[in-house]
Amino acid sequence: MTEKTLRNVKIIALSISLILIVWSGVMFYEHRSFSEAVVPSPDITEVKKLSSYFAPLAGTANDCNLYFFDSGNPGGTLFLIGGSHPEEPGSNLTAQLFAENVRIEQGRLIVAIRANRSASTVTRPGDAYPQFYTILTPWGEKRFRMGDRWSNPLDSWPDPEVYVHYPSGQMLAYMDIRNFNRTWPGRPNGSITEQTCYAMMELIRREEVNLFIDLHEAELEYPVISTIVTHEKGQEIAAIASMMLTEMEFERPIGMEFSPPSLHGLSHREVGDHSQAISLLFETPEPFLDRVRGITDEELLLTGKDAFVMEAGKYGLLYERIDEEGWPIDVRVGRHCSTILETVQAYSDMNPDKPILMEGIPRYQEVIAQGTGFYFRNPQEMAEGEVYYE
Amino acid sequence: MTIINNLIMILYHLLSAVIVLLLLRSIWRTKNIQEAVLYCVILIPFVLRVVHIK
Repeated sequence: MTEKTLRNVKIIALSISLILIVWSGVMFYEHRSFSEAVVPSPDITEVKKLSSYFAPLAGTANDCNLYFFDSGNPGGTLFLIGGSHPEEPGSNLTAQLFAENVRIEQGRLIVAIRANRSASTVTRPGDAYPQFYTILTPWGEKRFRMGDRWSNPLDSWPDPEVYVHYPSGQMLAYMDIRNFNRTWPGRPNGSITEQTCYAMMELIRREEVNLFIDLHEAELEYPVISTIVTHEKGQEIAAIASMMLTEMEFERPIGMEFSPPSLHGLSHREVGDHSQAISLLFETPEPFLDRVRGITDEELLLTGKDAFVMEAGKYGLLYERIDEEGWPIDVRVGRHCSTILETVQAYSDMNPDKPILMEGIPRYQEVIAQGTGFYFRNPQEMAEGEVYYE
Repeated sequence: MTIINNLIMILYHLLSAVIVLLLLRSIWRTKNIQEAVLYCVILIPFVLRVVHIK
């Protein structure tokens, strides 16, 4: 080979590399910096940043918005968080649906749509995760960032060899130092994920939150699915909500189980242990997360239909049923909506001195009939200052 | 812990930048086409790390 040919091949190879660097770099940057519009309901009283409760978070990826809805009438305070694990879209979509539609009659509601914002700025390219997903609304398509289970390594790196949970000292998998639902109650001098949990705990204590709800989705291969996980303090509320929803509303039952006292770092355990709040965590099925799934794309994420997961079900390998109908996003969001409403109802019945009364939120059948997108408001029609970005 | 992590993060990026320079030097010097193409492919993730994108 001549020197000239070698030089030309090098130039071509380097040029292709440069194109790939720019191309992929633009895609990664676009995902990380993409803003999701939120139009809070007219009942909004205040929008704060999480750094209001822990200043070092200011300017970081995890300085998320907190939407306050105060009825002005005395009652309890509900703190609802979505996006703990941003690869579970039913979670942040439900939180946003609440923020955009709620009319608060008594007590207060605080909503965090992207509780671990950092984890929503990264996906798993190695697992072929889509970067975005779109929800159809009456006014067009609304785009959302697909995320990951763990905070972005760009915000938190390196991971330790073994993650030692604070304050229990329990040893967990190394990457769980970036798992928002393994770092409760957090600490001020920890990783960004631990600091975020610490800030949330400060909010819960200072705002005297009575009821704390963390929204999740789970793979069908995982036993904690279609359930309400509750701290001991919430056992009666969870039991009533589970029974009512299973009997009156859902085609598939929703269970109830206790937060294991010796399993640390999870919100349902630590929020209840380290604050006055009753802590609960809700799970809906998300076939997209199953390891035996087929093509990993936006369609699977939103329809929850997968032949391979169905096949696994035939062999008794799943903890939830799945058929040709799958688990569409509207079913999952609808289940979360009704579970929250039923839980709040049960809480208010048991605490008549601190009730929380909300209107404007659709229940399970309504979400399925209208579609999740029906409940998102058009940011284009709003005046400046009425739209917030996640 | 935060300070040590930040320090390691900075050192990691410096190390990545050095590897980018070494790869570019290797591309320039090699007489083997296959090696040149391989170095070009290896270059991609290191550049994205240095510029703090991935």
